[in-house]
Amino acid sequence: MRISSERWFKIGTGLFAAAVVVLVVGIAIELTRQSWLAIQKFGLAFLTSDTWDPVSGEFGARPFIWGTLYSSVLALLIAAPVALGIAIFLTDLCPPRLRAPLTQLTELLAAIPSIVYGLWGIFVLVPAVRALQVAFPDALRQLPLFSGPPLGVGMLSAVLILAVMVVPYTSSVAREVLRAVPVAQREGAYALGATRWEAIRVALQYGRVGIVGAIMLGFGRALGETMAVTMVIGNTPKLSLSVFAPQYTMAAVIANEFTEAADDLYLHALIEIGLLLFIITLLVNGGSRLLIWRMGRQDAGASRRVAPAAAAAEGGA
Amino acid sequence: MSSPRVRKAVSFVMTALCGTAVLFALIPLAFILFFAVSRGVQSLSLDFFTHMPTPVGERGGGMANAIAGTLIVTALGALFAVPVGVISGIYVAEYRETRLATMVRFAADTLNGVPSIVVGVFVYGLVVLPFKQFSALAGGVALGIIMIPIITRTTDELLRLVPGSLREGALALGATRGRAVFSVVLPAALPGIMTGIVLALARVAGETAPLLFTAFNNRFWSTGLTQPISSLTVQIYAYAISPYDDWHRQAWAGALVLILIVLGCSLLARFATMRLERMHVGR
Repeated sequence: MRISSERWFKIGTGLFAAAVVVLVVGIAIELTRQSWLAIQKFGLAFLTSDTWDPVSGEFGARPFIWGTLYSSVLALLIAAPVALGIAIFLTDLCPPRLRAPLTQLTELLAAIPSIVYGLWGIFVLVPAVRALQVAFPDALRQLPLFSGPPLGVGMLSAVLILAVMVVPYTSSVAREVLRAVPVAQREGAYALGATRWEAIRVALQYGRVGIVGAIMLGFGRALGETMAVTMVIGNTPKLSLSVFAPQYTMAAVIANEFTEAADDLYLHALIEIGLLLFIITLLVNGGSRLLIWRMGRQDAGASRRVAPAAAAAEGGA
Repeated sequence: MSSPRVRKAVSFVMTALCGTAVLFALIPLAFILFFAVSRGVQSLSLDFFTHMPTPVGERGGGMANAIAGTLIVTALGALFAVPVGVISGIYVAEYRETRLATMVRFAADTLNGVPSIVVGVFVYGLVVLPFKQFSALAGGVALGIIMIPIITRTTDELLRLVPGSLREGALALGATRGRAVFSVVLPAALPGIMTGIVLALARVAGETAPLLFTAFNNRFWSTGLTQPISSLTVQIYAYAISPYDDWHRQAWAGALVLILIVLGCSLLARFATMRLERMHVGR
Protein backbone atom coordinates (compact mmCIF):
# COMPACT_ATOMS: atom_id res chain seq x y z
CA MET A 1 0.00 0.00 0.00
CA ARG A 2 2.66 2.44 1.08
CA ILE A 3 4.95 1.61 -1.80
CA SER A 4 2.22 2.10 -4.33
CA SER A 5 1.25 5.54 -3.00
CA GLU A 6 4.92 6.50 -3.16
CA ARG A 7 4.93 5.37 -6.75
CA TRP A 8 1.84 7.39 -7.60
CA PHE A 9 3.37 10.50 -6.11
CA LYS A 10 6.46 10.09 -8.24
CA ILE A 11 4.49 9.41 -11.41
CA GLY A 12 1.98 12.20 -10.75
CA THR A 13 4.54 14.92 -10.11
CA GLY A 14 6.78 13.43 -12.80
CA LEU A 15 4.09 13.98 -15.43
CA PHE A 16 4.00 17.70 -14.69
CA ALA A 17 7.79 17.81 -14.69
CA ALA A 18 7.92 16.05 -18.04
CA ALA A 19 5.47 18.64 -19.38
CA VAL A 20 8.16 21.31 -18.98
CA VAL A 21 10.58 19.26 -21.07
CA VAL A 22 7.88 18.49 -23.65
CA LEU A 23 7.16 22.20 -23.91
CA VAL A 24 10.71 23.05 -24.97
CA VAL A 25 10.89 20.19 -27.45
CA GLY A 26 7.40 21.14 -28.63
CA ILE A 27 8.49 24.70 -29.39
CA ALA A 28 11.33 23.43 -31.57
CA ILE A 29 9.10 20.96 -33.43
CA GLU A 30 6.18 23.32 -33.88
CA LEU A 31 8.35 26.17 -35.17
CA THR A 32 9.99 23.84 -37.67
CA ARG A 33 6.64 22.43 -38.78
CA GLN A 34 5.09 25.86 -39.20
CA SER A 35 8.00 27.18 -41.23
CA TRP A 36 8.39 24.11 -43.43
CA LEU A 37 7.26 25.82 -46.66
CA ALA A 38 9.99 28.45 -46.32
CA ILE A 39 12.65 25.95 -45.25
CA GLN A 40 11.86 23.76 -48.25
CA LYS A 41 11.69 26.56 -50.77
CA PHE A 42 14.72 28.63 -49.79
CA GLY A 43 16.98 26.20 -47.95
CA LEU A 44 20.21 27.76 -46.78
CA ALA A 45 19.79 30.68 -49.16
CA PHE A 46 17.31 32.01 -46.60
CA LEU A 47 20.30 32.92 -44.43
CA THR A 48 22.29 34.67 -47.14
CA SER A 49 19.69 36.46 -49.23
CA ASP A 50 18.96 40.15 -48.74
CA THR A 51 15.65 40.22 -50.57
CA TRP A 52 12.53 40.56 -48.45
CA ASP A 53 9.69 40.93 -50.90
CA PRO A 54 6.31 39.60 -49.75
CA VAL A 55 4.69 40.61 -53.06
CA SER A 56 6.87 38.43 -55.25
CA GLY A 57 7.28 35.79 -52.54
CA GLU A 58 11.07 36.15 -52.19
CA PHE A 59 12.35 35.94 -48.63
CA GLY A 60 15.85 36.21 -47.19
CA ALA A 61 16.67 36.82 -43.56
CA ARG A 62 20.18 38.25 -43.74
CA PRO A 63 19.29 41.91 -43.00
CA PHE A 64 17.37 40.83 -39.90
CA ILE A 65 20.07 38.47 -38.66
CA TRP A 66 22.61 41.25 -39.20
CA GLY A 67 20.44 43.82 -37.42
CA THR A 68 19.90 41.53 -34.43
CA LEU A 69 23.56 40.59 -34.06
CA TYR A 70 24.91 44.10 -34.76
CA SER A 71 22.55 45.82 -32.32
CA SER A 72 23.22 43.24 -29.60
CA VAL A 73 27.01 43.34 -30.02
CA LEU A 74 27.11 47.14 -29.93
CA ALA A 75 24.74 47.19 -26.94
CA LEU A 76 27.00 44.79 -25.07
CA LEU A 77 30.07 46.90 -25.92
CA ILE A 78 28.40 49.66 -23.90
CA ALA A 79 26.60 47.56 -21.32
CA ALA A 80 29.37 45.11 -20.36
CA PRO A 81 31.85 47.68 -18.95
CA VAL A 82 29.03 49.54 -17.19
CA ALA A 83 27.59 46.33 -15.73
CA LEU A 84 31.03 45.19 -14.60
CA GLY A 85 31.71 48.56 -13.04
CA ILE A 86 28.43 48.35 -11.15
CA ALA A 87 29.17 44.81 -9.99
CA ILE A 88 32.64 45.83 -8.79
CA PHE A 89 31.33 48.93 -7.07
CA LEU A 90 28.57 47.05 -5.29
CA THR A 91 30.77 44.17 -4.10
CA ASP A 92 34.09 45.90 -3.35
CA LEU A 93 33.78 49.64 -3.08
CA CYS A 94 30.32 50.58 -1.93
CA PRO A 95 29.74 51.74 1.67
CA PRO A 96 27.77 48.87 3.28
CA ARG A 97 24.82 51.09 4.08
CA LEU A 98 24.30 52.02 0.43
CA ARG A 99 24.73 48.53 -0.91
CA ALA A 100 21.19 47.20 -0.53
CA PRO A 101 19.37 50.29 -1.86
CA LEU A 102 21.74 50.70 -4.83
CA THR A 103 21.42 47.02 -5.71
CA GLN A 104 17.63 47.26 -5.66
CA LEU A 105 17.68 50.42 -7.77
CA THR A 106 19.88 48.92 -10.48
CA GLU A 107 17.65 45.85 -10.52
CA LEU A 108 14.57 48.03 -10.94
CA LEU A 109 15.81 48.58 -14.49
CA ALA A 110 14.98 44.95 -15.19
CA ALA A 111 11.46 45.31 -13.80
CA ILE A 112 10.41 48.14 -16.13
CA PRO A 113 8.34 46.65 -18.98
CA SER A 114 9.86 46.71 -22.43
CA ILE A 115 6.92 48.68 -23.83
CA VAL A 116 7.67 51.52 -21.40
CA TYR A 117 11.27 51.60 -22.61
CA GLY A 118 9.90 51.76 -26.13
CA LEU A 119 7.51 54.60 -25.36
CA TRP A 120 10.31 56.53 -23.71
CA GLY A 121 12.52 55.71 -26.69
CA ILE A 122 10.08 57.13 -29.24
CA PHE A 123 9.30 60.36 -27.44
CA VAL A 124 12.47 61.16 -25.50
CA LEU A 125 15.48 59.22 -26.75
CA VAL A 126 14.88 59.42 -30.51
CA PRO A 127 14.61 63.26 -30.57
CA ALA A 128 17.76 63.44 -28.43
CA VAL A 129 19.63 61.10 -30.78
CA ARG A 130 18.43 63.15 -33.76
CA ALA A 131 19.81 66.32 -32.15
CA LEU A 132 23.09 64.53 -31.58
CA GLN A 133 23.21 63.40 -35.20
CA VAL A 134 22.51 66.92 -36.48
CA ALA A 135 25.30 68.33 -34.32
CA PHE A 136 27.69 65.59 -35.46
CA PRO A 137 30.87 66.93 -37.15
CA ASP A 138 30.82 66.56 -40.94
CA ALA A 139 34.34 65.16 -41.04
CA LEU A 140 33.26 62.11 -39.04
CA ARG A 141 30.07 61.78 -41.07
CA GLN A 142 32.25 60.61 -43.98
CA LEU A 143 33.02 57.40 -42.10
CA PRO A 144 30.77 54.44 -42.99
CA LEU A 145 30.02 54.06 -39.29
CA PHE A 146 28.25 57.44 -39.18
CA SER A 147 26.88 57.88 -42.68
CA GLY A 148 23.28 58.64 -43.50
CA PRO A 149 20.75 61.38 -42.76
CA PRO A 150 19.94 62.35 -39.16
CA LEU A 151 16.66 60.52 -38.63
CA GLY A 152 16.83 59.78 -34.93
CA VAL A 153 15.27 56.37 -35.37
CA GLY A 154 17.87 53.78 -36.25
CA MET A 155 20.61 51.57 -34.92
CA LEU A 156 22.01 54.04 -32.37
CA SER A 157 18.70 54.56 -30.57
CA ALA A 158 18.14 50.80 -30.46
CA VAL A 159 21.64 50.15 -29.17
CA LEU A 160 21.35 52.74 -26.39
CA ILE A 161 18.02 51.39 -25.20
CA LEU A 162 19.21 47.78 -25.38
CA ALA A 163 22.32 48.67 -23.39
CA VAL A 164 20.23 50.12 -20.57
CA MET A 165 17.90 47.11 -20.58
CA VAL A 166 20.71 44.54 -20.48
CA VAL A 167 22.82 46.12 -17.72
CA PRO A 168 20.82 44.76 -14.74
CA TYR A 169 20.99 41.15 -15.99
CA THR A 170 24.73 41.19 -16.60
CA SER A 171 25.57 43.11 -13.43
CA SER A 172 23.54 40.85 -11.18
CA VAL A 173 25.30 37.69 -12.41
CA ALA A 174 28.70 39.42 -12.40
CA ARG A 175 28.04 40.48 -8.81
CA GLU A 176 27.38 36.90 -7.80
CA VAL A 177 30.55 35.78 -9.57
CA LEU A 178 32.63 38.40 -7.78
CA ARG A 179 31.07 37.52 -4.45
CA ALA A 180 31.96 33.87 -5.04
CA VAL A 181 35.66 34.69 -5.39
CA PRO A 182 37.34 33.44 -2.18
CA VAL A 183 38.48 36.17 0.22
CA ALA A 184 41.98 34.68 0.12
CA GLN A 185 42.36 35.91 -3.46
CA ARG A 186 41.94 39.57 -2.61
CA GLU A 187 43.71 39.27 0.72
CA GLY A 188 46.63 37.54 -0.95
CA ALA A 189 46.88 40.43 -3.39
CA TYR A 190 46.74 43.02 -0.61
CA ALA A 191 49.38 41.11 1.34
CA LEU A 192 51.68 41.39 -1.67
CA GLY A 193 51.22 45.15 -1.61
CA ALA A 194 48.58 45.47 -4.30
CA THR A 195 46.48 48.62 -4.56
CA ARG A 196 42.73 48.38 -4.32
CA TRP A 197 42.29 48.20 -8.11
CA GLU A 198 45.02 45.58 -8.43
CA ALA A 199 43.23 43.42 -5.87
CA ILE A 200 39.99 43.83 -7.83
CA ARG A 201 41.82 42.77 -10.97
CA VAL A 202 42.93 39.62 -9.21
CA ALA A 203 39.30 38.87 -8.36
CA LEU A 204 38.23 39.58 -11.95
CA GLN A 205 40.98 37.33 -13.24
CA TYR A 206 39.82 34.56 -10.91
CA GLY A 207 36.19 34.93 -11.96
CA ARG A 208 36.79 35.61 -15.65
CA VAL A 209 34.93 32.52 -16.83
CA GLY A 210 31.83 33.48 -14.87
CA ILE A 211 32.12 37.10 -16.02
CA VAL A 212 32.16 36.02 -19.66
CA GLY A 213 29.09 33.94 -18.81
CA ALA A 214 27.38 37.01 -17.32
CA ILE A 215 28.10 39.04 -20.46
CA MET A 216 26.76 36.25 -22.68
CA LEU A 217 23.60 36.13 -20.59
CA GLY A 218 23.09 39.83 -21.30
CA PHE A 219 23.78 39.16 -24.97
CA GLY A 220 21.05 36.51 -25.01
CA ARG A 221 18.61 39.03 -23.51
CA ALA A 222 19.54 41.65 -26.11
CA LEU A 223 19.03 39.21 -29.00
CA GLY A 224 15.43 38.49 -28.08
CA GLU A 225 14.34 41.96 -27.01
CA THR A 226 11.38 42.97 -29.14
CA MET A 227 9.16 45.92 -28.32
CA ALA A 228 11.64 48.62 -27.37
CA VAL A 229 13.80 47.84 -30.39
CA THR A 230 10.87 47.63 -32.78
CA MET A 231 9.74 51.08 -31.74
CA VAL A 232 13.06 52.89 -32.32
CA ILE A 233 15.17 51.00 -34.88
CA GLY A 234 13.37 52.31 -37.97
CA ASN A 235 12.34 48.94 -39.40
CA THR A 236 14.19 49.03 -42.72
CA PRO A 237 15.55 45.70 -43.94
CA LYS A 238 18.85 46.97 -45.27
CA LEU A 239 22.36 45.87 -44.33
CA SER A 240 24.39 48.80 -43.10
CA LEU A 241 27.42 49.42 -40.93
CA SER A 242 26.18 52.89 -40.05
CA VAL A 243 24.81 53.39 -36.55
CA PHE A 244 22.70 56.26 -37.91
CA ALA A 245 20.92 54.09 -40.46
CA PRO A 246 17.46 52.67 -39.79
CA GLN A 247 17.67 48.88 -39.69
CA TYR A 248 15.59 45.89 -38.64
CA THR A 249 15.91 42.95 -36.26
CA MET A 250 14.53 39.41 -36.31
CA ALA A 251 12.23 40.00 -33.35
CA ALA A 252 11.05 43.33 -34.78
CA VAL A 253 10.07 41.93 -38.17
CA ILE A 254 8.01 39.22 -36.50
CA ALA A 255 6.27 41.75 -34.26
CA ASN A 256 5.53 44.10 -37.18
CA GLU A 257 4.55 41.83 -40.02
CA PHE A 258 3.12 38.71 -38.42
CA THR A 259 -0.53 39.80 -38.47
CA GLU A 260 -0.14 41.16 -42.01
CA ALA A 261 1.21 37.94 -43.47
CA ALA A 262 -1.53 37.14 -45.95
CA ASP A 263 -0.22 34.02 -47.65
CA ASP A 264 1.27 30.86 -46.21
CA LEU A 265 4.77 31.31 -47.58
CA TYR A 266 5.06 34.78 -46.02
CA LEU A 267 3.87 33.42 -42.66
CA HIS A 268 6.24 30.47 -42.86
CA ALA A 269 9.17 32.77 -43.67
CA LEU A 270 8.37 34.84 -40.58
CA ILE A 271 8.08 31.74 -38.41
CA GLU A 272 11.41 30.51 -39.78
CA ILE A 273 12.93 33.77 -38.52
CA GLY A 274 11.40 32.91 -35.15
CA LEU A 275 12.99 29.46 -35.36
CA LEU A 276 16.39 30.99 -36.14
CA LEU A 277 16.02 33.39 -33.21
CA PHE A 278 15.10 30.44 -30.99
CA ILE A 279 18.21 28.52 -32.07
CA ILE A 280 20.57 31.48 -31.67
CA THR A 281 19.32 32.37 -28.19
CA LEU A 282 19.44 28.69 -27.23
CA LEU A 283 23.13 28.49 -28.16
CA VAL A 284 24.05 31.77 -26.48
CA ASN A 285 22.15 31.03 -23.27
CA GLY A 286 23.43 27.45 -23.17
CA GLY A 287 27.00 28.69 -23.53
CA SER A 288 26.46 31.28 -20.84
CA ARG A 289 25.01 28.77 -18.36
CA LEU A 290 27.85 26.36 -19.04
CA LEU A 291 30.42 29.04 -18.21
CA ILE A 292 28.61 30.19 -15.05
CA TRP A 293 28.25 26.57 -13.96
CA ARG A 294 31.97 25.90 -14.56
CA MET A 295 32.73 28.94 -12.44
CA GLY A 296 30.60 27.44 -9.66
CA ARG A 297 32.50 24.17 -9.82
CA GLN A 298 35.83 25.91 -9.82
CA ASP A 299 34.95 27.39 -6.43
CA ALA A 300 34.86 23.92 -4.96
CA GLY A 301 38.59 23.64 -5.61
CA ALA A 302 39.25 27.18 -4.42
CA SER A 303 41.88 26.44 -1.81
CA ARG A 304 44.24 25.08 -4.42
CA ARG A 305 44.21 28.23 -6.43
CA VAL A 306 46.05 30.83 -4.39
CA ALA A 307 49.13 30.72 -6.61
CA PRO A 308 47.51 32.44 -9.62
CA ALA A 309 46.54 35.32 -7.34
CA ALA A 310 50.13 35.97 -6.49
CA ALA A 311 51.15 35.80 -10.13
CA ALA A 312 48.39 38.16 -11.18
CA ALA A 313 49.23 40.65 -8.46
CA GLU A 314 52.79 40.76 -9.71
CA GLY A 315 51.68 41.14 -13.30
CA GLY A 316 49.39 43.98 -12.35
CA ALA A 317 51.94 45.82 -10.29
CA MET B 1 57.10 47.90 -12.15
CA SER B 2 55.49 51.33 -12.19
CA SER B 3 56.04 53.70 -9.32
CA PRO B 4 53.69 53.50 -6.35
CA ARG B 5 52.32 56.91 -7.16
CA VAL B 6 51.27 55.84 -10.66
CA ARG B 7 49.75 52.64 -9.32
CA LYS B 8 47.77 54.55 -6.72
CA ALA B 9 46.59 57.01 -9.35
CA VAL B 10 45.46 54.15 -11.63
CA SER B 11 43.66 52.56 -8.72
CA PHE B 12 41.90 55.82 -7.88
CA VAL B 13 40.81 56.45 -11.46
CA MET B 14 39.53 52.92 -12.02
CA THR B 15 37.56 52.77 -8.76
CA ALA B 16 36.09 56.18 -9.56
CA LEU B 17 35.03 54.85 -12.97
CA CYS B 18 33.24 51.97 -11.26
CA GLY B 19 31.30 54.49 -9.21
CA THR B 20 30.39 56.39 -12.37
CA ALA B 21 29.08 53.15 -13.88
CA VAL B 22 26.39 53.09 -11.19
CA LEU B 23 25.36 56.60 -12.24
CA PHE B 24 25.17 55.37 -15.85
CA ALA B 25 22.47 52.94 -14.73
CA LEU B 26 20.66 55.26 -12.34
CA ILE B 27 20.38 58.22 -14.72
CA PRO B 28 18.30 56.37 -17.36
CA LEU B 29 16.21 54.85 -14.57
CA ALA B 30 15.49 58.31 -13.15
CA PHE B 31 14.78 59.67 -16.63
CA ILE B 32 12.32 56.92 -17.53
CA LEU B 33 10.47 57.08 -14.22
CA PHE B 34 10.41 60.88 -14.37
CA PHE B 35 8.87 60.97 -17.85
CA ALA B 36 6.40 58.20 -17.13
CA VAL B 37 5.22 59.93 -13.96
CA SER B 38 5.19 63.53 -15.22
CA ARG B 39 3.54 62.79 -18.57
CA GLY B 40 1.36 60.04 -17.19
CA VAL B 41 -0.06 62.12 -14.35
CA GLN B 42 -1.12 64.88 -16.78
CA SER B 43 -3.46 62.57 -18.63
CA LEU B 44 -4.46 60.27 -15.83
CA SER B 45 -7.92 60.69 -14.37
CA LEU B 46 -10.65 58.55 -12.96
CA ASP B 47 -12.03 58.26 -16.50
CA PHE B 48 -8.93 56.37 -17.52
CA PHE B 49 -9.97 53.46 -15.33
CA THR B 50 -13.70 53.53 -15.97
CA HIS B 51 -14.13 54.63 -19.60
CA MET B 52 -13.64 52.95 -22.94
CA PRO B 53 -11.24 54.24 -25.61
CA THR B 54 -12.62 57.12 -27.68
CA PRO B 55 -12.24 57.54 -31.44
CA VAL B 56 -9.51 59.83 -32.74
CA GLY B 57 -10.25 63.50 -32.17
CA GLU B 58 -12.62 62.93 -29.30
CA ARG B 59 -10.96 63.88 -26.05
CA GLY B 60 -11.08 61.91 -22.84
CA GLY B 61 -11.82 58.25 -22.70
CA GLY B 62 -9.84 55.58 -20.94
CA MET B 63 -8.53 52.08 -21.03
CA ALA B 64 -11.03 50.25 -18.85
CA ASN B 65 -11.17 47.36 -21.31
CA ALA B 66 -7.39 47.12 -21.55
CA ILE B 67 -6.92 47.09 -17.79
CA ALA B 68 -9.56 44.36 -17.46
CA GLY B 69 -7.91 42.50 -20.35
CA THR B 70 -4.49 42.56 -18.73
CA LEU B 71 -5.97 41.21 -15.49
CA ILE B 72 -7.87 38.46 -17.31
CA VAL B 73 -5.01 37.30 -19.50
CA THR B 74 -2.51 37.39 -16.62
CA ALA B 75 -4.90 35.43 -14.40
CA LEU B 76 -5.36 32.86 -17.17
CA GLY B 77 -1.59 32.57 -17.45
CA ALA B 78 -1.32 31.94 -13.73
CA LEU B 79 -4.06 29.34 -13.97
CA PHE B 80 -1.95 27.34 -16.42
CA ALA B 81 1.46 28.06 -14.96
CA VAL B 82 0.99 27.73 -11.20
CA PRO B 83 0.02 24.02 -11.10
CA VAL B 84 2.60 23.01 -13.71
CA GLY B 85 5.33 25.18 -12.20
CA VAL B 86 4.77 24.24 -8.57
CA ILE B 87 4.29 20.50 -9.14
CA SER B 88 7.24 20.19 -11.52
CA GLY B 89 9.26 22.16 -8.95
CA ILE B 90 8.22 19.63 -6.31
CA TYR B 91 9.38 16.78 -8.54
CA VAL B 92 12.73 18.41 -9.20
CA ALA B 93 13.31 19.07 -5.50
CA GLU B 94 12.14 15.63 -4.36
CA TYR B 95 13.89 13.50 -6.97
CA ARG B 96 16.95 15.66 -7.43
CA GLU B 97 19.21 12.89 -8.65
CA THR B 98 16.97 11.45 -11.36
CA ARG B 99 17.72 12.06 -15.00
CA LEU B 100 14.30 13.64 -15.52
CA ALA B 101 15.01 16.21 -12.78
CA THR B 102 18.24 17.25 -14.50
CA MET B 103 16.40 17.51 -17.80
CA VAL B 104 13.61 19.58 -16.27
CA ARG B 105 16.08 21.97 -14.68
CA PHE B 106 17.83 22.35 -18.02
CA ALA B 107 14.52 22.75 -19.87
CA ALA B 108 13.32 25.40 -17.41
CA ASP B 109 16.52 27.41 -17.85
CA THR B 110 16.22 27.08 -21.61
CA LEU B 111 12.58 28.16 -21.57
CA ASN B 112 13.50 31.14 -19.42
CA GLY B 113 15.91 32.31 -22.11
CA VAL B 114 13.51 31.89 -25.04
CA PRO B 115 12.55 35.36 -26.32
CA SER B 116 8.92 36.11 -25.47
CA ILE B 117 8.11 36.90 -29.11
CA VAL B 118 9.11 33.33 -30.01
CA VAL B 119 6.69 32.04 -27.39
CA GLY B 120 4.04 34.15 -29.11
CA VAL B 121 4.84 32.55 -32.48
CA PHE B 122 4.67 29.09 -30.91
CA VAL B 123 1.27 29.73 -29.32
CA TYR B 124 -0.01 31.18 -32.58
CA GLY B 125 0.68 27.84 -34.25
CA LEU B 126 -0.58 25.85 -31.26
CA VAL B 127 -3.78 27.68 -30.32
CA VAL B 128 -4.65 30.46 -32.77
CA LEU B 129 -4.29 28.54 -36.04
CA PRO B 130 -6.37 25.49 -35.07
CA PHE B 131 -9.23 27.67 -33.74
CA LYS B 132 -8.78 30.20 -36.55
CA GLN B 133 -9.18 33.04 -34.06
CA PHE B 134 -7.14 35.28 -31.79
CA SER B 135 -8.33 34.75 -28.25
CA ALA B 136 -7.81 35.68 -24.62
CA LEU B 137 -7.15 31.98 -24.06
CA ALA B 138 -4.21 32.01 -26.48
CA GLY B 139 -2.78 35.06 -24.72
CA GLY B 140 -3.12 33.29 -21.39
CA VAL B 141 -1.32 30.21 -22.69
CA ALA B 142 1.54 32.39 -23.98
CA LEU B 143 1.94 34.21 -20.65
CA GLY B 144 1.64 30.89 -18.81
CA ILE B 145 4.52 29.41 -20.80
CA ILE B 146 6.66 32.38 -19.84
CA MET B 147 5.74 32.01 -16.15
CA ILE B 148 6.31 28.25 -15.87
CA PRO B 149 10.12 28.18 -15.74
CA ILE B 150 10.23 31.01 -13.19
CA ILE B 151 7.81 29.20 -10.88
CA THR B 152 9.51 25.81 -11.36
CA ARG B 153 12.90 27.15 -10.36
CA THR B 154 11.58 29.19 -7.42
CA THR B 155 9.66 26.20 -6.04
CA ASP B 156 12.68 23.93 -6.45
CA GLU B 157 15.01 26.36 -4.70
CA LEU B 158 12.64 27.13 -1.84
CA LEU B 159 11.75 23.50 -1.15
CA ARG B 160 15.44 22.76 -0.85
CA LEU B 161 15.73 25.38 1.90
CA VAL B 162 13.17 23.59 4.10
CA PRO B 163 15.06 21.77 6.89
CA GLY B 164 15.28 18.02 6.30
CA SER B 165 14.14 17.36 9.87
CA LEU B 166 10.63 18.58 9.00
CA ARG B 167 10.23 16.00 6.27
CA GLU B 168 11.85 13.27 8.35
CA GLY B 169 9.51 14.06 11.23
CA ALA B 170 6.50 13.63 8.97
CA LEU B 171 7.86 10.41 7.49
CA ALA B 172 8.65 9.07 10.96
CA LEU B 173 5.03 9.62 11.95
CA GLY B 174 4.04 7.33 9.11
CA ALA B 175 3.14 9.88 6.46
CA THR B 176 3.55 8.84 2.86
CA ARG B 177 5.94 10.87 0.77
CA GLY B 178 3.12 12.74 -0.94
CA ARG B 179 1.52 13.49 2.41
CA ALA B 180 4.82 14.70 3.86
CA VAL B 181 5.40 17.00 0.92
CA PHE B 182 1.91 18.43 0.57
CA SER B 183 1.03 18.86 4.23
CA VAL B 184 4.41 19.58 5.85
CA VAL B 185 7.22 20.58 3.47
CA LEU B 186 5.21 22.63 0.96
CA PRO B 187 3.36 24.72 3.57
CA ALA B 188 6.72 25.59 5.15
CA ALA B 189 7.98 26.92 1.82
CA LEU B 190 4.66 28.41 0.72
CA PRO B 191 5.24 32.09 1.60
CA GLY B 192 8.41 32.10 -0.47
CA ILE B 193 6.74 30.32 -3.36
CA MET B 194 3.88 32.83 -3.29
CA THR B 195 6.47 35.61 -3.54
CA GLY B 196 7.96 33.89 -6.57
CA ILE B 197 4.55 33.63 -8.19
CA VAL B 198 3.82 37.32 -7.61
CA LEU B 199 7.18 38.21 -9.19
CA ALA B 200 6.36 36.02 -12.19
CA LEU B 201 2.95 37.70 -12.48
CA ALA B 202 4.56 41.13 -12.35
CA ARG B 203 6.90 40.16 -15.13
CA VAL B 204 4.30 38.79 -17.53
CA ALA B 205 1.80 41.59 -16.85
CA GLY B 206 4.32 43.86 -18.59
CA GLU B 207 4.77 41.61 -21.62
CA THR B 208 3.66 42.88 -25.02
CA ALA B 209 5.35 40.78 -27.68
CA PRO B 210 3.71 37.42 -26.87
CA LEU B 211 0.24 39.03 -26.92
CA LEU B 212 0.51 40.78 -30.30
CA PHE B 213 -0.75 37.78 -32.26
CA THR B 214 -2.32 35.63 -29.58
CA ALA B 215 -4.68 37.84 -27.56
CA PHE B 216 -4.41 40.50 -30.28
CA ASN B 217 -6.37 43.64 -29.38
CA ASN B 218 -9.95 44.73 -29.06
CA ARG B 219 -11.46 48.22 -29.08
CA PHE B 220 -14.51 46.98 -27.24
CA TRP B 221 -15.34 45.57 -23.87
CA SER B 222 -14.77 41.85 -24.04
CA THR B 223 -14.49 39.18 -21.42
CA GLY B 224 -15.12 36.15 -23.63
CA LEU B 225 -12.18 33.77 -23.47
CA THR B 226 -12.51 32.80 -27.12
CA GLN B 227 -12.58 36.42 -28.32
CA PRO B 228 -9.63 38.71 -29.00
CA ILE B 229 -9.00 40.83 -25.92
CA SER B 230 -7.25 44.09 -25.25
CA SER B 231 -4.36 44.52 -22.84
CA LEU B 232 -2.64 47.55 -21.37
CA THR B 233 0.64 46.77 -23.07
CA VAL B 234 -0.70 46.14 -26.58
CA GLN B 235 -2.95 49.18 -26.26
CA ILE B 236 0.00 51.37 -25.23
CA TYR B 237 1.88 50.07 -28.26
CA ALA B 238 -1.01 50.82 -30.62
CA TYR B 239 -1.34 54.35 -29.21
CA ALA B 240 2.40 55.01 -29.15
CA ILE B 241 2.93 54.29 -32.85
CA SER B 242 -0.18 56.26 -33.86
CA PRO B 243 0.26 59.83 -35.13
CA TYR B 244 -2.26 61.42 -32.72
CA ASP B 245 -1.33 63.53 -29.71
CA ASP B 246 -4.42 62.49 -27.77
CA TRP B 247 -3.47 58.87 -28.15
CA HIS B 248 0.13 59.58 -27.15
CA ARG B 249 -1.17 61.07 -23.92
CA GLN B 250 -3.24 57.95 -23.33
CA ALA B 251 -0.15 55.84 -23.94
CA TRP B 252 1.78 57.71 -21.25
CA ALA B 253 -1.08 57.33 -18.81
CA GLY B 254 -1.18 53.61 -19.61
CA ALA B 255 2.57 53.34 -19.09
CA LEU B 256 2.26 54.95 -15.67
CA VAL B 257 -0.50 52.55 -14.64
CA LEU B 258 1.53 49.61 -15.95
CA ILE B 259 4.63 50.70 -14.03
CA LEU B 260 2.58 51.10 -10.86
CA ILE B 261 1.14 47.59 -11.26
CA VAL B 262 4.47 45.93 -12.11
CA LEU B 263 6.68 47.79 -9.65
CA GLY B 264 3.98 47.59 -6.99
CA CYS B 265 3.91 43.80 -7.30
CA SER B 266 7.65 43.37 -7.27
CA LEU B 267 8.19 45.79 -4.38
CA LEU B 268 5.50 43.96 -2.43
CA ALA B 269 7.17 40.63 -3.19
CA ARG B 270 10.58 41.94 -2.25
CA PHE B 271 9.31 43.39 0.99
CA ALA B 272 7.68 40.07 1.82
CA THR B 273 10.93 38.23 1.05
CA MET B 274 12.88 40.53 3.34
CA ARG B 275 10.39 39.93 6.17
CA LEU B 276 10.62 36.19 5.57
CA GLU B 277 14.39 36.19 5.60
CA ARG B 278 14.38 38.07 8.87
CA MET B 279 11.97 35.53 10.31
CA HIS B 280 14.22 32.67 9.25
CA VAL B 281 17.31 34.29 10.71
CA GLY B 282 15.44 34.85 13.95
CA ARG B 283 14.65 31.18 14.26
